[in-house]
Amino acid sequence: MSELVRHALVLSALLFSIGALGVFLRRNLITVFMCVELMLNAVNLAFVAFSRALGALDGQVLVFFVMTVAAAEAAVGLAIVIALHRKKDTLNVDAFSLLRF
Amino acid sequence: METVTAIVFYVLAGAAVAAALVMITQKSPIGSAFALIVVLCSLSAIYGLLGSPFIAALQIVVYAGAVMVLFLFVIMLLNVRSEEPGPSRGGPLGLTALGLCALLLAQVASVLLRARIDVVASYDASSARVAQELFSPRFLYAFEATSVLILAALVGAIALAKKEL
Amino acid sequence: MSSLSDLQFELIATVVKVAVLIGSLLGIFSGMTYVERRVLAFMQFRLGPNRTGPFGLLQPVADGIKLFFKEEVMPEGANALAFYAAPLLSVVAALMAIAVVPYGPPFSLFGRTLQLQIANVDVGVLYIFAITSLGVYGVVLAGWAANSKYSLLGGLRSSAQMFSYELSLGMSWVGVIMIAGSFRMNDIVDHQAGWFFRHWNLVLQFPAFVIYFIAATAEVSRTPFDLPEGEAELVAGFHTEYSSMKFALIQMAEYINMITVAVLCTNLFLGGWHSGLPGILPESHPIFGFVYFTVKVAALLFVFIWLRGTLPRFRYDQLMDFGWKRLIPVAALNILVTAGLLAFRG
Repeated sequence: MSELVRHALVLSALLFSIGALGVFLRRNLITVFMCVELMLNAVNLAFVAFSRALGALDGQVLVFFVMTVAAAEAAVGLAIVIALHRKKDTLNVDAFSLLRF
Repeated sequence: METVTAIVFYVLAGAAVAAALVMITQKSPIGSAFALIVVLCSLSAIYGLLGSPFIAALQIVVYAGAVMVLFLFVIMLLNVRSEEPGPSRGGPLGLTALGLCALLLAQVASVLLRARIDVVASYDASSARVAQELFSPRFLYAFEATSVLILAALVGAIALAKKEL
Repeated sequence: MSSLSDLQFELIATVVKVAVLIGSLLGIFSGMTYVERRVLAFMQFRLGPNRTGPFGLLQPVADGIKLFFKEEVMPEGANALAFYAAPLLSVVAALMAIAVVPYGPPFSLFGRTLQLQIANVDVGVLYIFAITSLGVYGVVLAGWAANSKYSLLGGLRSSAQMFSYELSLGMSWVGVIMIAGSFRMNDIVDHQAGWFFRHWNLVLQFPAFVIYFIAATAEVSRTPFDLPEGEAELVAGFHTEYSSMKFALIQMAEYINMITVAVLCTNLFLGGWHSGLPGILPESHPIFGFVYFTVKVAALLFVFIWLRGTLPRFRYDQLMDFGWKRLIPVAALNILVTAGLLAFRG
C-alpha cells in the first residue's frame, strides 16, 4: 500500500506539471482555465493519498472544501469569460493584456 | 502492492496522463474538455483505489457532472471553435516552459521516490466518518463559510454574465 | 461447487449477475416499446400494433430488424468521433446505474450467502447520482456533433432540463438517507421492512416521493417533460440527425433510464423487495422478494405510460421555472422539516 501511495503522489506531481505546462503554452482563455482545474485536481489527489497514508480524514475534508471552492471559482470565472467575450469577441489571452478595456 | 491493484492503478494512471497530454495539445476546446473529463473520471477511480469512496463519488458528481457541463455549455454558447497559435512548441518560449515544468516534476518526483512514507494498515473512510469529521468543531466554521461562498459565487456569476445590470 | 475459493465464487457470481441484469434490461426495453404502444393505444381508444405475430408481440423484433437495415447517415461537417461516441456514452451511463440496486433478499446458495445485487458499495445512492450526472454528456455531445442548428439547440435544451431536475432529484433523496442513516441501498431497503407499509418511505416521506417522481419524469424526458422529443418543436431535438442503430441506441438509453428510475423509486420509497405484509405475504425467499419487487417496478412503469397518455407537454420556460423555482424550494423545505423532526426525536 505504501507503493500505491507513493505512485499516486508521483502521478499527482506529473499531472500538476502537465497542467502548469498547459497554462504556459495555451492561448485560449477557457483552455487555460481547464488546465488550472487540472492542477487543482492533482492537488486533490495528493491530499487523498496523504490522508490514506496518515489514516486521518483531514485530507478528505480538505478535498471536499477544495472541490467546493473550485466549483464556485469555475462558475464566476466562466461568467467573466462570457463578459469578456461579449466585449471583445475573442478569447485569446493576448488580447486582454492591457488590464483595462 | 498486489498485482491486481498495481495493474488497475497503472491503467488508470496511464489513462489520466494520456488524457492530460491530449488536453494540453488539442486545438479545439471541446476536445480538451472531454479529455479533462477522462482525467477526472480516472482520478475518481484512483480515489476509490485509495480507499475513499465518498470523495470518488463526489468527484464525479461535482467535477465531472457539474463543473465540466458548465464548461461545455460556455464553449458551445460562445461557439469557440479553435484558437490562434500561441508560443510555438519548438520556439524558445515553448522550450523554456517545457524545461521549467520538467524541472518542477524532476524535483518533486525525486523527493517523493526517496522519501519514507509510512502507511497505516487500514482506515475507515466511509461517508459517515467523513461527515462526522466535516461537522466536527474543527471544520464546522469552514463548512458554513463555504455555503456563504457558494451563495456569493451564484450572485456574482449571474451579475457578471447579464447583458445589462 | 463448494471447492471453489470465496474469491472465485464471488467472481463467477458477479459475472452471472451482470450478464443476467444486462440481458433482462435489454429484454425489458424491447418489451416496453411494445407495451407502451399497446397501452397508449388502448387509452386513446384505438388498438395499437396487433399485426406482427399474435397480438402484435413480434413488433419489437420487427422494429429491431427495420432499424438494423436502415441507412446510416452522417451530416456533412459533423465530427465523426463525437457523432459515433455520443449514443454509446448515453447507453453506457444508463446501464451502469443499475449496478448498486438490490432486487431481492439475500439467500444462501451452495453454503454461501448471495446478494441479489452486483455491488454493495458504501456510497450506493451517491454513485447513482454520479452516473445520472454523466448521462447528460451523451445528450450534449449528440446535439453538438451533428453540426445542425436543430440538434445543437435541442441538445442544449435537453441537457439543461436534465441537470436542472437533477438537483431536486438529489435533494428528494436526502430525507430518505437521513432516515436510514446510510448511503447504502441495502440499509435503505432494510429500513423499510415492517408491518403494513408503515415504514415505507412512501408514507414517511410522501412529499419527497412526489418530488422524486416529478423530477425523475423530467430527468428521463418523459411526458409531460418531453419537449426534446416534441415533433412540432425542434424537429426531433438532439437526435434529429441520427438514424438506424445509433438512434436505436439513444432510444435504448432513454428507456433504460426510465427503468432505472422506476427501480430506484421502488428501492428508495416503496420498500424494495419487502412486501409490507410480512405475516401474510412471505418475503424472505428470493423468489417471493423478486416477485414483489417486479410488481412494484411494473406498476411504476405503467404510471409513466399513463402520464404520457394523459398530460399535455410543458413549454420550455414553464419547465425551467417549475424545476428551479418550485421543486427546489419544496425539496429544501422537506429536508429542513425531516432534519428537524429527526433531531427533535433524538
